[in-house]
Amino acid sequence: MKLRFNGPTDGVLMIRLSGNWQIGEDLSSPNEVKTKLESETDIQRVTFDTKELTQWDSSLPILLLKIKNLCSEKKIYMDSDGLPRGANRLIELATAVPIEKDARSVEENKTFFSLVGAETIHFLKSAKEMIAFIGEAFLAFIKFLSGKARYRRSDLFMTIQGCGAKALPIVSLISLLVGLILAFVGAIQLKMFGAQIYIADLVGIAMVRVMGAVMTGIIMAGRTGAAFAAQIGTMEVNEEIDALKTLGISPMEFLVLPRMLALVFMMPLLCIYADLMGILGGGIVGIGMLDLNMSQYYIQTKEAISLNDLWIGLFHSAVFGVLVALAGCLRGIQCGRSASDVGNAATSAVVTGIVSIIVATAIITVMCNVLGI
Amino acid sequence: MKTDPFIIVRDLTMAYGDYVIMRDLNFTVGRGDIFIIMGGSGCGKSTLMKIMVGLKEPARGKVFYGDLNFWEAVPDDRKHIVQNIGILYQSGALWSSMTLAENVALPLEEYTDLSPNEIRELVSFKLSMVGLAGYEDFYPAQISGGMRKRAGIARAIALDPDILFFDEPSAGLDPVSAKRLDDLILELRNSLGATVVVVTHELASIFAIGNNSVFLDSETRTMAAVGNPKMLLENSQDPKIINFLMRGETEGHLR
Ligand SMILES: Nc1ncnc2c1ncn2[C@@H]1O[C@H](COP(=O)(O)OP(=O)(O)OP(=O)(O)O)[C@@H](O)[C@H]1O
Ligand SMILES: [Mg+2]
Repeated sequence: MKLRFNGPTDGVLMIRLSGNWQIGEDLSSPNEVKTKLESETDIQRVTFDTKELTQWDSSLPILLLKIKNLCSEKKIYMDSDGLPRGANRLIELATAVPIEKDARSVEENKTFFSLVGAETIHFLKSAKEMIAFIGEAFLAFIKFLSGKARYRRSDLFMTIQGCGAKALPIVSLISLLVGLILAFVGAIQLKMFGAQIYIADLVGIAMVRVMGAVMTGIIMAGRTGAAFAAQIGTMEVNEEIDALKTLGISPMEFLVLPRMLALVFMMPLLCIYADLMGILGGGIVGIGMLDLNMSQYYIQTKEAISLNDLWIGLFHSAVFGVLVALAGCLRGIQCGRSASDVGNAATSAVVTGIVSIIVATAIITVMCNVLGI
Repeated sequence: MKTDPFIIVRDLTMAYGDYVIMRDLNFTVGRGDIFIIMGGSGCGKSTLMKIMVGLKEPARGKVFYGDLNFWEAVPDDRKHIVQNIGILYQSGALWSSMTLAENVALPLEEYTDLSPNEIRELVSFKLSMVGLAGYEDFYPAQISGGMRKRAGIARAIALDPDILFFDEPSAGLDPVSAKRLDDLILELRNSLGATVVVVTHELASIFAIGNNSVFLDSETRTMAAVGNPKMLLENSQDPKIINFLMRGETEGHLR
């Protein structure tokens, strides 16, 4: 029993608080006061007796604030003389600045239709943003071609290094394994016909034509696209982009262009490298498991791959380079103003990057089919 | 001191979405003024600055630079104005991938034809003006918050702009550096004729350098007063302003 009532006598209700009034203790709830105030109609004044109160912490002022609000609702005078001095001071501080009513974001009751509407509007808005972004990126690229774009060479080289040379280890590992896996899966089928030698064709064509490009694309989306989004997002959070804008420097040219260029230069190179590693992986299976000899495998691969396949693969990778860079930079620029927004931007850059890579692969494959190449 | 009007804010209302922060702001910054924007934390001072420098569109109202209606001008005119503005952001906003020297040098490279040598000298000079000589090759992450603020000031004054906006320049500085900063601001005005708009809570600075000010009141969501801060303290009847200008120690001083 921590909270007791005396009275009301002559319209005065005395609230007696006793014991340890601390968080974690078994405290009486302010609802008791509420019911008391509601059941008795002739209360004009509330007083406190805290002689038996031993210790208290924030939970006491919280209770008192609630009582205070109840009292002012019911136009009852709250006499706080009986309260500990410190608690009175804390309440004064807490009520010094009135509650900002507008500051709470209002959660409206949303119907299904208004939700669908809001989503649609949001989708259209983000589609518009994306198209505008692509347009601006294109303009920046034109400016680059005419030599008027404003960016720092050193940024370009740093980015080239970051998304080129530094990506080699992971690209090697993944491509080698992909080549190996392709060969493994194919080997079981081809062995049934005694056509093991065609494993070289299978791996070679698959790697060079799409798999090399797709694998590097996905690696770069996870590695570099996310990094771009996080870098640019952090700049947005730190007002660095604002600082660029007010200086009259276009973030498009200064930040997006070097990143886009770096990826467009480096992706085809990485892709060729990935192709080689994939073929090497296929070779390991072919020579190690299927008893083909090295020169046989080499000649078979060389005959299987046409220059066309290589061009198509390189075209894929250049397209992926643009897509990954754009996805990363777009999500970075769209980033909000908090640290968690940066994380979301990076995640969403990877998702956008990978989805657009797969969609682009499908489109290019169909186009090649139609054109017969 | 009477100065001719330079930046004029008319019936300005600012909002984030539907959330109105301040409405009906009207004030004039004269040429050569050191104009103070003051008000409680979170009342919209930084937002007001962003609108004045063209980073955020006002919900309603106009900002004039001379005769030019800033928000309705063609982009080229706007760009021209903005090029003459040096800005210190509340967070410093140094470009984190560049050294302090490169940060200060970028505006110079962008808008002047100086040789790399001349730029290097200018950069060292600007950094030494804010007490950061010798830190040329440090990255923003390698220096303290107060130093970042000062480096931000060096970058803002790199081009000797006509107009300077400082968002809480002395926040995070020790009293001695803060005083030096006040002297620097006065000197920029006196020797270069710059117009300076300063967002600050630092009472000492407000009275030492400000010759005009606006007080934003977050309760009524509009400005409570404009004028010389010393005059405001003497003549204002508004307890909120007096309370602010006396650091809340008004008990016993209230008339
Ligand atoms: N990006 C934003 N989106 C929505 N509301 C915002 C945003 N930025 C600021 N606000 C709101 O605008 C109000 C004013 O913010 P502002 O940063 O201008 O305050 P301030 O006066 O500079 O405060 P301080 O003195 O603490 O720097 C705040 O109440 C804040 O809630
Ligand atoms: Mg601010």
